[in-house]
Amino acid sequence: MMNFINLILSGLATGAIYALVAIGFTLLWQTSQTINFAQGEFVMVPAFFVLAALNLGMPLPIALLVGLALSMLVLGVLFKNLLVDPMLRHGVLPLAICTMALSIFLKETVKEVYSAEASPFPSFLPEGNLIVFGATISIQSVSIFVFAICAVLALQAFLARTSTGRQMQATAQNPYVAKLLGVPVKRMIMYTFLINAALVALASFLISPVYLAKFSAGETLGLAAFIAAIVGGFNQIRGAIVGGLLLGIVDNLAAAYISTQYRGAVPLFLLIAVILFRPQGLMGRAEERTV
Amino acid sequence: MKLFAATLLVSAAFVAPALAQTNAPIKIINVGELSGPGATVGTNFKNSADLAVAEINAKGGILGRKIEIVHFDTQTNPGVARALVQKAIDENPYAIMGPGYSGSVKVSAPLAAQAGIAQVMGGEAAELTQLGFNTLFRTSFGQQSSMPKIAKYIAENLKAKNVAVIWVNNDFGKGGRDMVTKELTARGVKVTADISTEAGQADFAADVVKAKSGNPDAIFIYLNEEESARALRELKRQGVTVPLVGETTLIGQKVIELAGDAANGARGHIGLTVDAPNDNLKAYGKKFQEKYNYIPDHNGIKGYLGVYMIKAATEKMGKVDQKGLPDALKGLTILAAKEPGILMDLTIDKNGDLDRDSFLAFVENGKQVVKETLPKMSK
Repeated sequence: MMNFINLILSGLATGAIYALVAIGFTLLWQTSQTINFAQGEFVMVPAFFVLAALNLGMPLPIALLVGLALSMLVLGVLFKNLLVDPMLRHGVLPLAICTMALSIFLKETVKEVYSAEASPFPSFLPEGNLIVFGATISIQSVSIFVFAICAVLALQAFLARTSTGRQMQATAQNPYVAKLLGVPVKRMIMYTFLINAALVALASFLISPVYLAKFSAGETLGLAAFIAAIVGGFNQIRGAIVGGLLLGIVDNLAAAYISTQYRGAVPLFLLIAVILFRPQGLMGRAEERTV
Repeated sequence: MKLFAATLLVSAAFVAPALAQTNAPIKIINVGELSGPGATVGTNFKNSADLAVAEINAKGGILGRKIEIVHFDTQTNPGVARALVQKAIDENPYAIMGPGYSGSVKVSAPLAAQAGIAQVMGGEAAELTQLGFNTLFRTSFGQQSSMPKIAKYIAENLKAKNVAVIWVNNDFGKGGRDMVTKELTARGVKVTADISTEAGQADFAADVVKAKSGNPDAIFIYLNEEESARALRELKRQGVTVPLVGETTLIGQKVIELAGDAANGARGHIGLTVDAPNDNLKAYGKKFQEKYNYIPDHNGIKGYLGVYMIKAATEKMGKVDQKGLPDALKGLTILAAKEPGILMDLTIDKNGDLDRDSFLAFVENGKQVVKETLPKMSK
């Protein structure tokens, strides 16, 4: 039982990271029909911004803020202006292929500029263990989960309770009508890209102390988050949350009780099952599009 | 007179290439893991090989000829490694160095053996030198040498009755797991959890839970460097306090750097370390750190002494003979007093396995501390 609790807890911590990244997938899809196949690398890059800042002698809190600001600039503003805007007018597929190329570009750039080797990444969360009913609970795992969920709840509150958030939702639902109603659609789309950049930066700062900072660190995360977004429902933020948490738990339980070798296959089986029996995802809604 | 001049010209035309050949650099090609999960292994190996080449060249080279070393990147992919070893053979090098991963060595060694070119590599899987590739030479111990020492330590020093084994599912990991399981069982120690993991694995939460579930007296960890560091961090996160035992890949410098505090307390048998009570190793470590600004691990030492093994064998032959090099390496004993670059007295057997001193080390306060020097097996 204690082992089971530990597995669920560490699964929730990993799943919360998946959820953060998966939300980015859904946000970009809803507002600009962008499927970002470089999303995993977007999680990898901010860690290296922070490491570069630390190497310049900055203290960790400042380095994290610098990493966040650079992420929002490079992975938010530049990504939208230099890649998404010019390519989106040619359709979703060319843009998707461009993001695949971007993924390779980011990995190789980090490898060349920084290092091909893994680097330790400092944690800003408390470490240590708690003994609860005889079970050793990692404070870091609990902190990761709580921090990520707080970020998601803050985002939900921002989208639901602020004027800007509602305008972003209106843009996501129907940009043409939103524009007619006076919503600054372009600015709302830019906000979405900035939020995505902030989410991946946060995911990076939370997971890099555990997974280590490495140019290839985004490969697994990107795929897991993409699956989580589809399983949960690509057009719903709450779907991404459910998908992320579910995937984290299923992955851990599969590794412990089924087989470590097949742990990578279990999320894919889940994905196939969802596509076959509930194509819109567990929490998603069916969409109709004019073709 | 005209006839004399013509004869001179024709002679020069024939002799010049031969002279140029005599003075041409000795080409060594290193096929290593410069990217991918094994980047730590390959980069350490490469940097140290470069250091050794620079030192030898600064002193006039081997038998008066400079060394030229070229590096190919396997991307930690055995398929790429095999293709690159073939490419290296096509370039007709004097010797091949690497790869560092046993799986990559296993698939590439037949090519070097067929070409008759010495391959001085970093793989540690026990079977590598038992497959009949007569041009393959280790730069470190094989698992058949190290695992009995580890099993003895677990059984006799730790007095462990139950052990969990966490291993990486590749040629290196499987060879180590098979060997240590056999040795532990022979000493009456039970393996209560046998946990295979994947190369490049990031999340070890489930594996650590499985290891804990058997209530082991000790955990034996046999993973590559980065995965070792992640596993150590997860073991610490889950509050595991039993002794963590491994081999060089658990307590190497890179692992300590990556794992931070989580590495403290880990212990194991280590074939090569710059923290050993040995002046040559310390001097090498200092030179490396001055040049590359980090402490080399055992992979670095492998790359360094690999070049010196080639140098010693060539000097023993008294000529640069590509086809004769494998035979010159077999049975060779190199004394550190005569060739300091070899770092420790070393004997190479007919299979390409090594015999030399090794160490028992602990990680204490973020540093590797050698507790005991284990003598050469032949002593």
